[in-house]
Amino acid sequence: MSSISEIPKEEYLKPCTAACAGCSSSLCLRYVLKAAGPDTVLVIPACCTSVIQGMYPNTSFNVPVYNIAFAAAAACASGMSKAFRSEGKQTNVIVYAGDGGTVDIGIQSLSGAFERGTDFLYICYDNEAYGNTGMQRSGATPLGALTTTTPVGKSEFKKDLDLIVAAHNPPYMATASSAYPLDLYRKVKKALSIRGPKFIHIMAPCPPGWRYDSEKTIEIGKLAVKTGMWVLWEREYGTLSVSGPSKTAMKKPQPIDEYIGAQGRFKTATPAIVAELQQAVERNIDRIRKEEEGIC
Amino acid sequence: MRERLALSRPTRGACGFTGTWREFRPVVDQEKCNQCGICQIHCPDAVIDEELNIDLDFCKGCGVCANVCPKKAIAMVREEK
Repeated sequence: MSSISEIPKEEYLKPCTAACAGCSSSLCLRYVLKAAGPDTVLVIPACCTSVIQGMYPNTSFNVPVYNIAFAAAAACASGMSKAFRSEGKQTNVIVYAGDGGTVDIGIQSLSGAFERGTDFLYICYDNEAYGNTGMQRSGATPLGALTTTTPVGKSEFKKDLDLIVAAHNPPYMATASSAYPLDLYRKVKKALSIRGPKFIHIMAPCPPGWRYDSEKTIEIGKLAVKTGMWVLWEREYGTLSVSGPSKTAMKKPQPIDEYIGAQGRFKTATPAIVAELQQAVERNIDRIRKEEEGIC
Repeated sequence: MRERLALSRPTRGACGFTGTWREFRPVVDQEKCNQCGICQIHCPDAVIDEELNIDLDFCKGCGVCANVCPKKAIAMVREEK
């Protein structure tokens, strides 16, 4: 576990981005850039992060940013990384994409780049809906969550993006949460020390979209980990290890009612749906535990 | 660099003074504060500096600092406009 003292003091986001008050994505980006350092290029498809940069001719991002179409982020990063390496430069190429641009629209270019073995880091910050356009349902929206296009709650489960990415056998992949910034920092640092395609999936609670008060951003993120709705782990060359905060949570997870009840987006979820979600959480924890123990 | 190229440059206050969004202002009780810096770690917009001073020109008043403070040393006080 990283200690506070090893985190660099430099900030690569100038005050201040146009993110909503209490936005966890800008918190994540702070730590991603602290870990990556100044020799970094961000590739950003359409998502909240392409909106919060500021208006031309000013930007609050103090690293080069390439804004690109939804479906093309990983393809663009592929070319960029190849160009840098052929010039002999070790510049970090990081795709910072939302869940819509990863799980739904960008998945083909993501898959392509991982198959080609591009040397880059793909970060998906997951707020479980299309936040930037007004919280429409995405493939990452969980069962029972209310969005503007699922006014009575989504009737399908969340797509398991991590299993799809794991099928490409990347050298490093991990999940992280905005509520544990030190864990996130350490994972980004580790990912960037490895050559090849890397993937980090960050849970990023969204105050207006998930309908909770902005001060609870960290609290909700921690609840997600403590209830097992989100499990923090990393998989290095195929070997899975569960990260610190989730280790304790997996021994005795809290019931998910606390997490569900804290957010307005689950207000239409019936007890049957909550029970179904609880079962899915238990199945997922069980699967991860078995994988860690090497049973499956 | 050619002027025609549409390049945005890093600027302080690129999105305006976001402090004007604020409805509640964080007020630190220096007697309770033990300088742990947890508020600084969790501030989404990095408006709390190393000496734990809050930059009120840009603080959006989200209240995350008050919520994570283990000593409950930060109070959110309504802004009077």
